Amino acid sequence: MNSFDLVVIGAGPGGYVAAIRAAQLGMTVAVVERAHLGGICLNWGCIPTKALLRSADIYREIRHAKDFGLTVGDVGFDLAAIVKRSRSVSAQLAAGVKHLLKKNKVTVVDGHGRLNGLGKVTVEKDGKPVADLTAKHIIVATGARARDLPGLEADGKLVWTYRQAMTPDVLPKSLLVVGSGAIGIEFASFYNTLGVKTTVIEVMDRVLPVEDAEISAIAEKAFKAQGMDIRVSTNVKALKRAANTVTVTLEKGGKTEEITVDRVIMAVGVVPNLEDVGLDTTKIQMEKGRIKVDAYLRTDEPGIHAIGDVVAPPWLAHKASHEAVICVEKIAGLPDVHPLNTRNIPGCTYCTPQVASVGLSEAKAKEAGYAVKVGHFPFMGNGKAIAMGEPDGLIKTVFDAKTGELLGAHMIGAEVTELIQGYVVGNTLETTEAELMHTVFPHPTLSEMLHESVLDAFGRAIHF
Amino acid sequence: MPIEILMPALSPTMTEGNLAKWLVKEGDAVAAGDVMAEIETDKATMELEAVDEGVIGKILIPAGTAGVAVNTPIALLLEEGEDASALSTASAAKAPTPSAAPVAVMQPSPLMPDLGSLGLCLGGAARPAKPAGERVFASPLARRVAASAGLDISGIAGTGPRGRIVRADVEAAKGMSDDEIDDDLLAAMAFAAAVKAPIPATKPRTASVPVADYGTPFTETPHSTMCKVIARRLTESKQTVPHFYVTMEVVLDDLLALREQINTRAQKTSGPKVSVNDFILRASASALVRMPEANVSWSDEVMRVYSRADVSVAVATPAGLITPIVRGAESKSLGAVSTEMRDLAARARDGKLKPEEFQGGTFSISNLGMYGVREFAAIINPPQSMLLAVGAAEQRPVVKGGALAVAHAMSLTLSCDHRCIDGALGAKFLGLVKALLEDPLSILM
Repeated sequence: MNSFDLVVIGAGPGGYVAAIRAAQLGMTVAVVERAHLGGICLNWGCIPTKALLRSADIYREIRHAKDFGLTVGDVGFDLAAIVKRSRSVSAQLAAGVKHLLKKNKVTVVDGHGRLNGLGKVTVEKDGKPVADLTAKHIIVATGARARDLPGLEADGKLVWTYRQAMTPDVLPKSLLVVGSGAIGIEFASFYNTLGVKTTVIEVMDRVLPVEDAEISAIAEKAFKAQGMDIRVSTNVKALKRAANTVTVTLEKGGKTEEITVDRVIMAVGVVPNLEDVGLDTTKIQMEKGRIKVDAYLRTDEPGIHAIGDVVAPPWLAHKASHEAVICVEKIAGLPDVHPLNTRNIPGCTYCTPQVASVGLSEAKAKEAGYAVKVGHFPFMGNGKAIAMGEPDGLIKTVFDAKTGELLGAHMIGAEVTELIQGYVVGNTLETTEAELMHTVFPHPTLSEMLHESVLDAFGRAIHF
Repeated sequence: MPIEILMPALSPTMTEGNLAKWLVKEGDAVAAGDVMAEIETDKATMELEAVDEGVIGKILIPAGTAGVAVNTPIALLLEEGEDASALSTASAAKAPTPSAAPVAVMQPSPLMPDLGSLGLCLGGAARPAKPAGERVFASPLARRVAASAGLDISGIAGTGPRGRIVRADVEAAKGMSDDEIDDDLLAAMAFAAAVKAPIPATKPRTASVPVADYGTPFTETPHSTMCKVIARRLTESKQTVPHFYVTMEVVLDDLLALREQINTRAQKTSGPKVSVNDFILRASASALVRMPEANVSWSDEVMRVYSRADVSVAVATPAGLITPIVRGAESKSLGAVSTEMRDLAARARDGKLKPEEFQGGTFSISNLGMYGVREFAAIINPPQSMLLAVGAAEQRPVVKGGALAVAHAMSLTLSCDHRCIDGALGAKFLGLVKALLEDPLSILM
């Protein structure tokens, strides 16, 4: 049986969620995946890096054991074991996805899926055709891969992408990370914690440039205090690859400088996997290098939809998963399907200290013409943070002075990636500052800072 | 899978519309650009064009269905190669969204078909009435935005999960009263005769207070935005414009005789027939340019004197009252006025007037004669400063040369804004209109 209600190309966090939701709604579904169920996120992205960073975090904490009155003997690490654990975490979750798809009676087709005109997908494996599928609806969810810069292409040996960066066999002595977005800074954090001399190059004038400027400033200070060499407003002009080192030419404000490192990690964004998907057999239109879709993820070709990294940003796993649900529910004709509000998609970065944010930065809010009320609450004013030995950090809130809408929230410090959802739920429910103020937050928790930051925006903070 | 043709949003704020007419039937082939149906909103009738080509597989919403929510599938389009069996796979089973209160349809009076000023806001985007006291589901942000805009949240249709009212719904409703339909436009539509319903003397734009419930059974229908603005404008006019009224009787025998002559001739030459109202419109226009001091608008700083007579005429339509304008009426022949007025009234009833055809005007005429009204006093349509209320033409006892006689006559009542039209001026103006009507040849000259 090769005919389905829905065929999904790509089994990443967009594709497999689409498949499961469609199956729940009674559709017959096939998902085509050429590499790993769970996609980059689960196999080569979000999840394995969290496993690596967890090892690094524990390592750092143990080295600070004395601060907590603990005595620890020899502290060391086994890189191979750290990587092995990370791989096994991915393997466990990929097996979980396989089980979920099976449970939901989704047919998994192993191979490279390609659109072949309206309602048809051909699948190849190792260059040989393996299946011709027909479908009433098709979702393109082929994801993205690391971007190469011309002349600075990753080679997998000296110049790494995330693939090599998360499976090192030996620890480099020195490392240069190009790009201080979430991916770059997480690797920088991991390697720096393990004692690698780490330099971060950022072309913009601050690290984590999509975050609020205040957060970027605090982050940069913290990274420098950890020993990272942070170079902002800096370009990479050239790479010279030697036998086991790379000499990198940097340029800042017209002045060039050469530094030699063992390895380079390129983390300068992602490009969509759209070259060999058969787009030319359809009427699909492109927009800014991505597939053009409407609010319900429909392309210009009726019956073909696209989600995740192949459509407009932000390119985040949870955005892809949510688009998957919207897309499938619209196909099924469910009532009450609402387009994604991109302003309420949180973003998290798992460096130390952690960074999390949602909505508009203070500068963007002002640029958009809002009169704003801004709240700040530092970790220093929170009992739990002090008790945890995590006194550095900030919760910043940006409100629309006119309506009391929370336009944005920006956080840096311990566990903030787990805190941000409180504001996101509030925004989904369209709360104002009044409801946030009336909410009882448990004591003692870090979450109390969410409350205090709101209070501070209206001049009512109690503990600061 | 067949393409769903959805109820279109013809304006950013439209939430539902009436499916007036299907111009295609099941089995018809359509090409992109073909007109498939007529969709009616409270503001206009628009044509629904096909975007895709195909064959109409199934019409889901029959013609004449009112209150169809935007994005409701109204028909299924079969694409090339699809046959009717594909229909069963489509989500065709969706029932049309239930309609709001039925839209009242008022037949224009056959006697004076173009005129009359009754029935404010019969149509409009009324929501299904919520029984009093039932909880209104709205987000806190939606409530706050509504409160600061002075909107009653219970009258807004929610598009959020389970029909919850979210901020975007309030913005849409707000946009409708503040931006998209501006007050002047609504004022032009909203004006003013014979409003018998008591208007509570509350300040406009404050949050509404429910009417006390003393146990009498009732149903409630939330107002459309248009209704609310009409109510506000009328209240503002009656509260802020110092009205006074002058009434005169006009003997119509000569006018009726002349009209009969004209219409007899018109029958032979198939020229335009004229109504008494055409004479009144034309006479008023002449009087306005002869007495520019009466063709004015008051504002706190300046007196605006118009150099042209743009006469608004109230027309009752199924959707409510609207006042199309005969511009520069003083320079148009009686026949031209008649032809133009007939066209405007017909299009007004079809909801096809363009905004510029009913926005503005320097003077208004409202006629309730065909309802047997002898005389009445109307509310001025600001920023205009006068409105002429026309009663029934009827046989009355009159005194001619010291003796009682029977004549055709009617009463005219002029409402005046005392800030710019004082008693003497109002009386002089009405006297001139009367003189023109009683010597109707002067109107033709």
